[in-house]
Amino acid sequence: MDLRYTDAEQAFRGELRSWLETTLPGLPPKPSPHDWPGRRAYDTHWQRLLSDAGYAGIDWPVEGGGRGSSPVEELIFKEELERARAPYVGVNFVGLLHAGPTIIAEGTSEQRRRFLAPILQGDEVWCQGFSEPDAGSDLASMRTRGVRAGDDYVVTGSKIWTSHAEVADYCELLVRTGADDSRHRGISWLILPMDTPGVEIRPLTTIAGSTEFAELFLDEVRVPVANRVGEENDGWRVTMVTLSFERGTAFVGDLLEAIELLSSAVTLAQRTGAWSDPGVRRQAGHLRAELDALWALTKRNVSQAARTGIPGVGGTFFKLAYSETRQKLGEFSLALLGRAGLAADDIEGLDGEGPLPAETMVEDWLRGISLTIAAGTSQIQRNIVGERILGLPKEPVATTGAAREPARQRT
Amino acid sequence: MDFELTEFQAELAEGMRRLCAGQFPLEQVRLPESTERVVDRAGWRQLGDAGVFNLCLAEEAGGVGMGLAEAALVFEELGRALLPGPLVASHLAAGLIDGADDGSVVVGLVERPDPARPEAAGVVPVIIEHLGDLDVLLLLSDAGVASVDPASLDATRLKRPMDPLTPVWVVPGLPEGTPVAGPEIAAWWRRDGAVLTAALQIGMAAWTTELAVEYAKQRRQFGRPIGGFQAIKHLCADMAVRTEVARCAVHAAAVTVDQPEVGDALVAVAGAKLLSDEAAVANGRSCIQVHGGMGFTWEVPAHLAYKRARVLATQFGTEGALAESLAESLAESGRGVR
Ligand SMILES: Cc1cc2nc3c(=O)[nH]c(=O)nc-3n(C[C@H](O)[C@H](O)[C@H](O)COP(=O)(O)OP(=O)(O)OC[C@H]3O[C@@H](n4cnc5c(N)ncnc54)[C@H](O)[C@@H]3O)c2cc1C
Repeated sequence: MDLRYTDAEQAFRGELRSWLETTLPGLPPKPSPHDWPGRRAYDTHWQRLLSDAGYAGIDWPVEGGGRGSSPVEELIFKEELERARAPYVGVNFVGLLHAGPTIIAEGTSEQRRRFLAPILQGDEVWCQGFSEPDAGSDLASMRTRGVRAGDDYVVTGSKIWTSHAEVADYCELLVRTGADDSRHRGISWLILPMDTPGVEIRPLTTIAGSTEFAELFLDEVRVPVANRVGEENDGWRVTMVTLSFERGTAFVGDLLEAIELLSSAVTLAQRTGAWSDPGVRRQAGHLRAELDALWALTKRNVSQAARTGIPGVGGTFFKLAYSETRQKLGEFSLALLGRAGLAADDIEGLDGEGPLPAETMVEDWLRGISLTIAAGTSQIQRNIVGERILGLPKEPVATTGAAREPARQRT
Repeated sequence: MDFELTEFQAELAEGMRRLCAGQFPLEQVRLPESTERVVDRAGWRQLGDAGVFNLCLAEEAGGVGMGLAEAALVFEELGRALLPGPLVASHLAAGLIDGADDGSVVVGLVERPDPARPEAAGVVPVIIEHLGDLDVLLLLSDAGVASVDPASLDATRLKRPMDPLTPVWVVPGLPEGTPVAGPEIAAWWRRDGAVLTAALQIGMAAWTTELAVEYAKQRRQFGRPIGGFQAIKHLCADMAVRTEVARCAVHAAAVTVDQPEVGDALVAVAGAKLLSDEAAVANGRSCIQVHGGMGFTWEVPAHLAYKRARVLATQFGTEGALAESLAESLAESGRGVR
């Protein structure tokens, strides 16, 4: 167990830090969270800057056009970006963390040539069309149909909770190509151009008041067979393969952001006088212990991935623990705001110390609620820990004849 | 940066686990339950031979010269085996008290109430664990460490110790004792003692998780193993998560003590103790619940881990004080550690 960084790792950090110092001041102002075209432009511009400097796809293999860095360098990369308050991956999330890695692993050489570079350079944005109104946790029950017609699949059905759909160029789409009850054995993974006729997007408003995700209606949408990644009916496995790219660093930025948020909560408590309440101080102390432990767990997970090349079980532990700690932090901040938390506006404090940070705290509290739902709910994560890690008996599945597929775990 | 166990560390832990399983099986560990003495002298020597006490002592001083990280791994295994006795105190005393290092002398330790702050002592008199087993009792305070002959104390054994393997005595007061170390040593004992106690806790937290999972697989109700019911499965999952998170915190704290340049050791140690106390207590409790009525019996050892966790949670930093010190670090730095 060694927490010291090697000379090479330090050198990488130093070089990145100075690049960030010179680059960040030149960024345009951040767009409003409700301005989707503005967000797309901002996020993709940042991705282009990273790409030009050789920092795109830091965790992608070299064959895929990435930097092929070790998981430890990835960790440093994300840590430095957060420390410098650089922009987040934003709308490039699905392309960089999902679609790209999937195409690298399972795509044809033609597909790799066509799709990878535009993701790395911020030219094309992707979204994920997996969940359906009737298939969430039980993803393998999805019903959106893909019927082969010549060189196309004709796709009909609907998807839901598709993040960033409004600004996406492509969608990684799961469709049913096998029999109705084929479950995980009858799914195919398609690349859907979002401007194909028959694709209708209906934005959904989140509890945070933004249109972060959308419903997709697909009415006889023609997707070329050449856009299928992997074999027909093999889409479930193709989807799972992506997970092997996850090396424990997906939440590094979020975690460090949470540590910052705890500091601002403490500052707020000091301003309001709540800090003299031992109950408040102890809650803060507990949160600090939990966040520090999660940082240690991240390092453990990254070290494991660096040694073995595959993600260990620690990612599931992390997701469960982190989402709950983050929600506690949200509740803690909101309680500290008191009645200033009745609006997400930064109103001026009476102490002459400037505005009260209601905008960040209220929005963060609300966004935090999605953490135990998105990417596999906490209940599903507990099933995964219980069944796959501890070896407890599996959940019953209601379908007849269909073999039991691995529980869902995805981003 | 490589936060995985080295091959050597993994072997060290594995070796200690084998030693405990072979030499200190639970049936044997439980034999002295509810008696005055729980330390098996020959066993204590064996622990000494295995390096439990002199692991961190410099080689020049006759020790093994390892770091706290290695010691934490060893103590995790001792915790898993529910080994009773003043393990942490005897480890800390190695090099200071003759014979502590090889296990020929059993050393205990108790916190001396601060005479400058009589109100801090509250109404609870001084309680001493394992007095009947001790050759030397050490008194720890900010000012340093003093040594006392256990036989000289006017101590009364309490008849119903909460943990049947942690006998306790009450004393009306403590003598001055003979000073054996100054404030610097006292400070690092507090720090290292917290890490090693936390390591015992995560060992127990891991063990109760296994015990619960094993039972959940085998016990059947409503025609299926109870581990198939989510209410039970999720209790077990939470036990596993808690253990792993706390375990990373303990390892990070130990490494930070060994490699001070990587962070604030005191903050890491406080967080590790806080979370491992919580994990051991909560897991002990869940382990009993998973066992149903069996869990409430004396025979099933779930209660032993639960009770020991409560004992250890009173040593080397308690919940309130640990959380306060972490809060203080937040208030001071204005930002978290990284
Ligand atoms: C912010 C956000 C962004 C998202 N982005 C995307 C995206 O881009 N693309 C995409 O495809 N999807 C996306 N999702 C969807 C997400 O993956 C699903 O919401 C999630 O998998 C849960 O499915 P569901 O909403 O249908 O809930 P359900 O599956 O209906 O679950 C409802 C409740 O029942 C519980 N439950 C269900 N099954 C079990 C079981 N077996 N045992 C115990 N409890 C159970 C759940 O835990 C939950 O509490 C997003 C979701 C959110 C919140």
